[in-house]
Amino acid sequence: MDSSVSVRDLRISYGALDVIRDLQLDIAPGEFLVLLGPSGCGKSTLLNAIAGLIDVSDGEVWINERNVTWDEPKDRGIGMVFQSYALYPQMTVEKNLSFGLRVAKHSREDIDKRVARAAEILQIEPLLKRRPSNLSGGQRQRVAIGRALVRDADVFLFDEPLSNLDAKLRVDLRVEIKRLHQRLRSTMVYVTHDQIEALTLADRIAVMQGGAIQQLDDPLTIYNRPCNLFVAGFIGSPAMNFFRGRLEEGADGVRFRGQGIETPLAGYDGDTALLPGREVIFGMRPEHLLFDQDAVGRPGQVEAVVELEEPMGADSLVWLTLGEARLSVRCGSGRRYRPGDRVPLAFDISRASIFDAETERRL
Amino acid sequence: MSDPIHPRGAKPRHLTPGRIGLYAFLVFAAAFFLLPFYVMVVTSFKTMPEIQQGNIFSLPSKLTLAPWVTAWAKACTGVNCEGIRVGVLNSFKIMIPSTFLSILLGAINGYALSFWRPRGGNLIFAVLLMGAFIPYQVYLYPLVRMLSMVSLYNTLPGIIVVHVIFGMPVMTLLFRNYYAAVPVDLFKAARIDGGGFWTIFTRVMLPMSGPILVVAAILQVTGIWNDFLFGLIFAGRDHLPMTVELNNIVNTTTGTKAYNVNMAATILTAMVPLIVYFVSGRWFVRGIAAGAVKG
Repeated sequence: MDSSVSVRDLRISYGALDVIRDLQLDIAPGEFLVLLGPSGCGKSTLLNAIAGLIDVSDGEVWINERNVTWDEPKDRGIGMVFQSYALYPQMTVEKNLSFGLRVAKHSREDIDKRVARAAEILQIEPLLKRRPSNLSGGQRQRVAIGRALVRDADVFLFDEPLSNLDAKLRVDLRVEIKRLHQRLRSTMVYVTHDQIEALTLADRIAVMQGGAIQQLDDPLTIYNRPCNLFVAGFIGSPAMNFFRGRLEEGADGVRFRGQGIETPLAGYDGDTALLPGREVIFGMRPEHLLFDQDAVGRPGQVEAVVELEEPMGADSLVWLTLGEARLSVRCGSGRRYRPGDRVPLAFDISRASIFDAETERRL
Repeated sequence: MSDPIHPRGAKPRHLTPGRIGLYAFLVFAAAFFLLPFYVMVVTSFKTMPEIQQGNIFSLPSKLTLAPWVTAWAKACTGVNCEGIRVGVLNSFKIMIPSTFLSILLGAINGYALSFWRPRGGNLIFAVLLMGAFIPYQVYLYPLVRMLSMVSLYNTLPGIIVVHVIFGMPVMTLLFRNYYAAVPVDLFKAARIDGGGFWTIFTRVMLPMSGPILVVAAILQVTGIWNDFLFGLIFAGRDHLPMTVELNNIVNTTTGTKAYNVNMAATILTAMVPLIVYFVSGRWFVRGIAAGAVKG
């Protein structure tokens, strides 16, 4: 297969501790791949290994069909953007951009040309003579991206580049990074713990935990068909509602019963057959629950009690209690709910996820 | 309701008895340290008959520069009567290369230990630090033997080597801690940009080490300038530093002690550290603060 970055049988250990083990990853040319996971899942370690900034214990790293496992970072054809910007504080923006080229002894004209192009793309021309300490966070990160840009890198590596920015700038720069990718069509590997960044930017997301990739798929598949309980719980905000229970044989096929809920499972988009008697975890995203008027007349309709409401402008999040279970529902902001209101509730089974309670894998 | 004053705006400041006591103590402490220096200065400008009258706090009735001239050019250290100027020159010859080399070595050590993390680096650092806590006297005799084995005993390079070696632990500690506060991403970025060990050191790390370089320079300049023990033992007769020469001047005067000359010579000796402190005090504080707070 034609791949831009390929990680084969990668293992990274510190002493007896395996931070990453047996990891396989192939990234297509021009692909935007996001490594997503909670802190300590090994995503930054993997990125650093691709960059050559940490030594691998076993396995290979290939970039552009070349084995770069033992190559220095500078020889791998990569550019990297860091969370802390990592701009050289004593140099002007221009010197920051050109440092790598000057170290590599490029000609004066070539350096000027590349710096001018990067500055034009990122619209930082007015800042070229300034020092990093006189720039705002967003400007600093733009310069940091520019430093990767001037290298004409085949692969861009981003290590949580937006995490130090405030919420509004983060959204702006996120769009800008996506625009940059559409313009350059370079391969980009992007580490983040922010699922919104991952979902909005990625061609494919690799959800990581415990030094292993849990699921590698396009954003919508990850969102709609999480392959295990961890991915289901990690993706989505607020988190997916989970109910413990078991599968039972009913008049209309297999049903789920547990925690005050009983619902037929006809229409479930599953991977394996649903066998009655199995202990399972039934998952529903807050935005996929049928609520209030939508729920009336649906099979498996129940009545839930409103605990509190969080209006968020475009929509509202309503927290409900249902028997001993507590769950959240996302609904339109057209109607206000008061604590204690009793509201009908039903399940859109076609969008549910059911996991084996023991293996935690999707059924 | 019982409070007649309605609090509003800036809180008024009152000079409390505690405050007054504090200031009194500070003034007293300043006087305590300044008084000896004052006596030295006025004495150095007095003639010997006036000194012998015994009014050590009075200003000189007739200002004379003769003691300074004598101290600089004519005072006798043992058999040589060339004043303290020889020692000044020697002290500079020792201090400048020792300061430069020990700071450079400390910076390289600190940089390597913080960023490149060589295998066993922590062990080396621990051993280095342990060396800093063993009393110097323990090293003296072995060091004399070792230096004479390589023909460096009683030479200028010999005393410089001694100062560089003994300055290394503290310098390494200083720079290691300073670089530990530098975000490691900066080092990674420089490596992606193609910097090697020396490129990153000279073009990225050194340019941002200003405050700690000043601190290191102050420590080394004053430490090496004020050194007596190493200078006496390792420098050899031709390169005795100023401190040793001063001791010889003060202790070898025959007949009446020339207090004015001794005072002038002492002030001359103290001049370099004094100037360093006055010029760099601001930098020194800033450097220490920079080490404590992340920039």
